[in-house]
Amino acid sequence: MFQLSQAGKDKILKELNRYEAKESAIIPALYIAQQENGGWISDQVIERLSEVMSLPVARINEVFQFYTMFNKKPVGRHHVQVCCNISCALNGGRELANQICKELKVGYDEVTEDGRFSVTRVECLGSCGTAPMMQVNDKYYENLTPESAMNILRGLK
Amino acid sequence: MEMKLLTEHYHKDEFRRLDGYKKFGGYEVLKKALKMQPQQIIDEVKASGLRGRGGAGFPTGTKWGFLPKNNEPRYLLCNADEGEPGTYKDRLMMERAPHQLIEGMIIAGHATCSKKGYIYIRGEYNYIILIVEHALEEAYKAGLLGKNILGSGIDFDLDVYAGAGAYICGEETGMISSLEGKKGQPKLKPPFPAVQGYLRKPTIVNNVETLAAVVPILRDGAPAYKKIGTEKSPGTKLFSLSGNVVRPGNYEVPLGFPMKDLIYKLGGGLRPGRRLKAVIPGGSSAPVITAAEAESATLDYECLAQMGTMLGSGAVIAIDDSQCMVDMLAVLTHFYHHESCGQCTPCREGTGWLNKVVHSIVEGRGRLQDIDLLVKVADNMKGRTICALSDAAALPVLSFVTKFRDEFEFYVREGRSKVKGVSHAQVHH
Repeated sequence: MFQLSQAGKDKILKELNRYEAKESAIIPALYIAQQENGGWISDQVIERLSEVMSLPVARINEVFQFYTMFNKKPVGRHHVQVCCNISCALNGGRELANQICKELKVGYDEVTEDGRFSVTRVECLGSCGTAPMMQVNDKYYENLTPESAMNILRGLK
Repeated sequence: MEMKLLTEHYHKDEFRRLDGYKKFGGYEVLKKALKMQPQQIIDEVKASGLRGRGGAGFPTGTKWGFLPKNNEPRYLLCNADEGEPGTYKDRLMMERAPHQLIEGMIIAGHATCSKKGYIYIRGEYNYIILIVEHALEEAYKAGLLGKNILGSGIDFDLDVYAGAGAYICGEETGMISSLEGKKGQPKLKPPFPAVQGYLRKPTIVNNVETLAAVVPILRDGAPAYKKIGTEKSPGTKLFSLSGNVVRPGNYEVPLGFPMKDLIYKLGGGLRPGRRLKAVIPGGSSAPVITAAEAESATLDYECLAQMGTMLGSGAVIAIDDSQCMVDMLAVLTHFYHHESCGQCTPCREGTGWLNKVVHSIVEGRGRLQDIDLLVKVADNMKGRTICALSDAAALPVLSFVTKFRDEFEFYVREGRSKVKGVSHAQVHH
């Protein structure tokens, strides 16, 4: 049963008063809850947010469903997002993504058995001059080769 | 070559901090602007000829002039949702010079009589959000934001809002929807945001680079700014060069700068043994041009419009002869299909069909009539929707198919790419 921590609730209450419209706090609240729920958002998370924010479940759910940074299913401790849009594709981004999956023995949008990694292909992350690149959780890693990417990932426990 | 009006001090780490920014004249222009009447600032920006640097190229002063002449509360939003594939200039500007943006926004806030502003930054730019938030803290402590800025009697509050991954939020009314805590779906215009925007109040939305450019314009005066660039495209612009070049990067040059100098001189040209095949001149939504066209293109609004494409966000993507145009188009159709907000039928359905048809060709299942089908679907998507995403999805298709038709026909006939050694089916989604 997912419960928000007191610190999480306090943060959300702060966000509720931060903007002119109360609903503007939905995106910040989803970020807070996603972090507390191990990187993804379940139906239960939405229900808790609905209670804490006094907003309908459907109102929070429509925002959750719309934005790609809110994960719809469990992710690994290190969520690896590889850009496959044009500037990265011109520099081997898609081959890099394939190689990472192969080495980690995991399919796209799946989690490794040990729960350490999940890999997904994403659209442009604004790292076009330093392609190819990957984002692991919040962090950007740029100018990658398959070897350098794997060295980085092996270092993440 | 380069003309560093905005980026002169970007290589200095101290420029990121308030004290360092001030050392190089930071916030001096603000002091001058706070003594000016709002209309004087609008007139100066109008006279400078500054055009929006986010993609649409609309004259900034004219946009500001659309605000109602009354005391109704209004908002100033900075569009930092940089998501146009190929574009990474706003990221650089916020990373290296957050105070330049803040100074530009306080001035723009005064000019538009806004008391409140937001910087809407794409959520993936997490470290940038932290940098900008820190800079805002510094500015508040120094009395540059909040009540009675530097004793002028003028108030302006500024906050950051983090997006959560949606290309459509870079469209100004999509951004407003998102900031209001909704799905980032664009709104029908009119009413334009300047009349009815955020929370139905008058709202000005400007790109990061546009707001930052206000600082040198007021510092040097409109006539000096107008001397740079071309008659219809005054000033400098940051170009994000990417793709198959030796030295990709952000380069600030006067508008009207030759595209071939950006690619070959600043960008170091192509890799050994490679030749240029095509260039996408203004972010992925801009129609592609051939290497021959790129040879004579200049980086300004009018030249690229004349060539049937656009300056857009200034993202120049160079494609060399080792690349397959059918494959690259498949990357783009996937993107637009993924990013369509689903509100308008021609876009929601059209982006899906374009993507399916292009992928059937890449997978070797294409038919010759599919090439014309792509053109037909794309034609039906233009000018029929609330926002420009549908057109942005259609234009690359039309230009790729028209200018590189031989590659599409070859792919359909042979079931493989015309480019030797290219086998791309395994890399697509």
